[in-house]
Parts: sequence; C-alpha cells; structure tokens
Amino acid sequence: MRALYIARRVVTELIRDKRTLALMFVAPVLIMFLMKLIFTQSASTSVKVATVDLNNNVRTTLNDIKHVAVSKKASNASAQQALRDQKVDAVIHETSASHYTITYANTDATKTSLVKAGFNAALTQNGMKTLKQTTVKLSRTVSQMAATIARLSPQAAAAMKQPKAKAQPRAKIKSRYNYGDKNTDFFDKIVPILMGFFVFFFVFLISGMALLKERTTGTLDRLLATPVRRGEIVLGYMISYGILALIQTVIIVLTTVGFMGVEITGSLGAVMVINFLLALVALAFGILLSTLAQSEFQMMQFIPIIVIPQIFFSGIVSLDSLASWVKDISYVLPLTYAGNAMTQIIMDGTKLTSLGVDIGVLLLFLLVLTGLNVRGMRRYRKV
Amino acid sequence: MTTRLIDLKHLQKKFGQQTVLADVSLHVDAGQILGLIGPSGAGKSTAIKIALGMEVADGGDALVLATHMPNRPLLGRIGYMAQDDSLYDALTGAENLRFFGRMKGVKKDALAADIAHVADVVDLTPALAKRVSGYSGGMRRRLSLAIALLGDPELLVLDEPTVGIDPALRRKIWHELHQLRDAGRGVLITTHVMDEAELTDEVALLLDGKVMAYDAPAKLEALYQVKTIEEVFLKAEGVA
Repeated sequence: MRALYIARRVVTELIRDKRTLALMFVAPVLIMFLMKLIFTQSASTSVKVATVDLNNNVRTTLNDIKHVAVSKKASNASAQQALRDQKVDAVIHETSASHYTITYANTDATKTSLVKAGFNAALTQNGMKTLKQTTVKLSRTVSQMAATIARLSPQAAAAMKQPKAKAQPRAKIKSRYNYGDKNTDFFDKIVPILMGFFVFFFVFLISGMALLKERTTGTLDRLLATPVRRGEIVLGYMISYGILALIQTVIIVLTTVGFMGVEITGSLGAVMVINFLLALVALAFGILLSTLAQSEFQMMQFIPIIVIPQIFFSGIVSLDSLASWVKDISYVLPLTYAGNAMTQIIMDGTKLTSLGVDIGVLLLFLLVLTGLNVRGMRRYRKV
Repeated sequence: MTTRLIDLKHLQKKFGQQTVLADVSLHVDAGQILGLIGPSGAGKSTAIKIALGMEVADGGDALVLATHMPNRPLLGRIGYMAQDDSLYDALTGAENLRFFGRMKGVKKDALAADIAHVADVVDLTPALAKRVSGYSGGMRRRLSLAIALLGDPELLVLDEPTVGIDPALRRKIWHELHQLRDAGRGVLITTHVMDEAELTDEVALLLDGKVMAYDAPAKLEALYQVKTIEEVFLKAEGVA
C-alpha cells in the first residue's frame, strides 16, 4: 500500500517537471529521426581517380563503373600532387605492363574500398573482353579450317557439322527479401538495439537522479524515519518509473514503426514487453548506482562507464569476428540480451516464447539488482 | 512512576577511527522536554540517529518506548524533524503532509482532520495549497514541524526545529511543545539557541561525545553559579 503512495508521489513530481518529461518522450524520438536521416543519406559515395600510363581499355572500363570518375594525368608527379591537393581520392599508376601501384588518400575508408573494388572489377571486365576477342579470333580460324577441310573432303565436312552458336540467354536475378525491401539499410539493422538503448539510457539516468535527489535533500532520511519498509520504497520507484518507461516505450516503438517506416516482422506487443523489461532493469541499475554517487555530476560520470559500452557490445557491430574475451564482456551487459531478443523479434519474427534465455537473463538481472537495492538501503536505516 | 519514553544507556559510536559518542546516557519521560545542547560535532545528531534506529550503537543500549532500537514499526509512534527541511518541492504543503501521513500509517479517515490540526498549529493553513518551492525559509521549517506532529506521536524528536523562524512563531511553537508535554508526550530537542534551553525541563550538555552536565536548567545554573544556560555552556566548555 505504501509503495503505491510512493509511486503516486513520484509520478506527481514527474508530471510537474515538464523538462524531464520532454527529455524522456521527445528526445529519443528526435535522435532516432536524425539517425534515420543520416544513415539513409550517406548510402552512396563517389570517388575521383587519377591514372598514369594506364592501359586505355582498363581506364575506359574503370570510368564506366558507377560512382567512379577517372582523369588521365601525364606524369606520376602531377597525379600525386592532385592527390595531395585532395582533388582526387586515389592514383593508379601502371609501372610496367600489368603492374599497378595504387596510392590512396585513405581519409575515408569507404572511398578507399570503393576504389579497390572498382579497379578489381575493371581489371576483370577488361580480362573478359580480351578473352572474348581471342575467342572470336579462334572461332574464325576454326571456320577457315572447316572451309579448307570441306574443299578437300566433303564427307568429312558433313560428319563434322559445325554446331551452331546459340544465343546465350542473359542471366536474370530476381531478389526477394525476407526482411524489409531493397531500401533496407544500416539504420534498419540498428533500430531494434537503438530502441532498447534509449529506453535504458533515459530510465537509468532519470531514476538514478531522482533517488539521488531524495537522498541529498534529506527526504529519504525522513521517509526512513517512518515505518515504511525499504522494499516498499524500491517497489514504489519501480512502479512509478515502470509506468513512465511503458509510456516511453510505446511512443518510441510507435514512432519508429509508423513515422520512420521500420518494419516489424514479429508482434509489436513482444517488442514492448522486452523494452519494458529492459526499462525495469535500467531502473534498478540507476537506483543502485545512485547510492554510489554523491552528486548529480557523479551520476553523470556513470554514463561513459556503464551506458556507452553497452551500445558497442549490444550487437550494433557484429562481435562474431572478435576475440572471445571481448565477446565475454557482452554477456554481463543487460542490453546484449534485450538487443538480441529485439533483433530476433523485429527481423525474424521470433515469438516471445522462444526467447526464454534472453527474457530469463533480464529477469535475473532485475531480481538481483532489486535485491541489492533493498539491501543497500540499510546504509541509511539499519532496519 | 512515569513512563520512560527514551532510555539511552552508555551509548558508544565510532565512525572509522573517530569516536563520536564516548559514553552517552540520556532519558526522556512522558511529560518531559529534554534539551540537547552542545557545539557542532559534539554528537547530538548521532545520538538522535541511534534513538531512531538509523544507526546502530557500537556499545550500550538504546531503548525507545520500551523497545530495543532499531525497530521499524515503532517509528510510526515517533515524530521526527531533521535539521534540513526534507520536503518535496514539487508538491504542495498539503500533498507533503498527506504523503508523510500515509507513510506514518495515519488512518485514512483521520488524516484530513489531522492535517488540518497540525497545519493550524504551525500557522500554515492558508499556504497549504501552494507548492513548497514557493515557500519562504520559515514556512518550510513550519511545514517540516507539522509533518513531525502528524499522527499525534507519543514521542517527538526534533533536530534544531526553530532555526530560521521569527520570534513570534518560535514562541508559538514552544507554547505548542509545552502543551504537548502537559498532555503527556515526551520531547527530545536539540538546539543552538541557549535561551530556548531555559524552556526545557532538563538540559543535557554534550561535549566530545560525553554528557558534561545533565539537570534542570535552574539547577545547572545554580551548580555552575551563573545566570544563564549560555554561561553554563561556556563554563563547561572551558572558554570562560
């Protein structure tokens, strides 16, 4: 009963704090929107390449490749100068027949890899062209020989009967996408994790600050001078911030689906359940760490230590190729499990019932952290 | 024999290497006001915290309302007012009172009448609907005292209750405290204001974690052959 009154008080305080409310509800949506803009716009890069003594055929082929523009330079020195002046992104120098030296500006890794890939493609295409010409020459020789044979012995010619070259049908590729469509980009991949991250970040920060304030203004002491149980205080905070997190989750999920057009293969409800669970973990985490902070500023210091690492290890970048001890770090971070569960729900349409491990671990986090919180309040009252 | 509400026996408390309470014995009976005076850092607040069960003494025994502290359910029968105001700024005065009333376990049907009564005692009735963030320092102090009075507790523990309160209101508060005492309540009060110590029934002078003097104000003045408690204080401290 007291827990409900505490929850009501916390909610009343929050409703009157308009700025914090705006931070919780508007900020995540704004950031998601900005990220959507950025990751969608930077999809195509183009490069300028200077060539020196490059085989004409290769150069033309390279120039025909999308997003690659080629300019011919008379000497290696002038090409290198252009590179230094940032007029071109790379210099391709054919030092001797089929020996190439490529100098990259390498200020943008995307451009470097685009030049590499483009040049390789040009070489291959050019090789094919040469091969084709050789084939044409060869088949001409063959028909000349056949004509000679026919003149000498007609029977043999009939037996040989040259097979007629049939027009090869052009290869056609039809693409089908299990998730999303051909416009699916990096943003779509990180959306499930971002959603979880924002819920975690804001709930962690605001709940931690709230309890910290309660401690520094002395109201916690006063509260503990009443017969209230320590568990009731923690529960009261869980209920109030749980409600807030629920509203935040609904807003974030609905805007990403409705407004930014991210497709959710699984059920919307399942996404919200996982987000909500993560919010409760963040809440317990925030309350626990607030007991280690002496001021709001010290609470902020937990952001680079506790919050930011989670985003790196939660699946935004694939950890499959990393050393196993690096992967082990991710196992102690709650966002890993939430991110994994959300990615599966959103991309593969996995049902909640098949995500037992992730949900179980999140519940375990919640249970342990809450227990620690109730226990930790003994610092302020011994009973 | 009157009921002994607080009975602290030979309390000892250390924080790390620092001894805060060396040997403190105090008692408050029903119908008595005990004033606790002493310089800052003498251990007044620590003694109060042990009486409330916020801290546990390293030695000695703390009996409150015939129960060994710390004890959680007992806290509903004690009214506590801390040194700092400890109020929720975003809430109104009435909301603060209602919240703490519920935390103390005041019965639902009695709560409204109780709030009206304590607000009247501290003269805050007209300001109850205002948010605490708009209160003056004196108003905050009064609201804080009103919260301590909620639920008609048998024992009041007040840590510097009259700091920042103007003389007229201070007189009103002491009048109320005397009425509570006469109704059989016990009050433990710490103060820096020496003429307030004259208004108590007994004064305990705390210095370096020890009780230096402990008697009725008039008797102490006679013992130290001085006119006021302030002089007793200075003499006991060895300044004069």
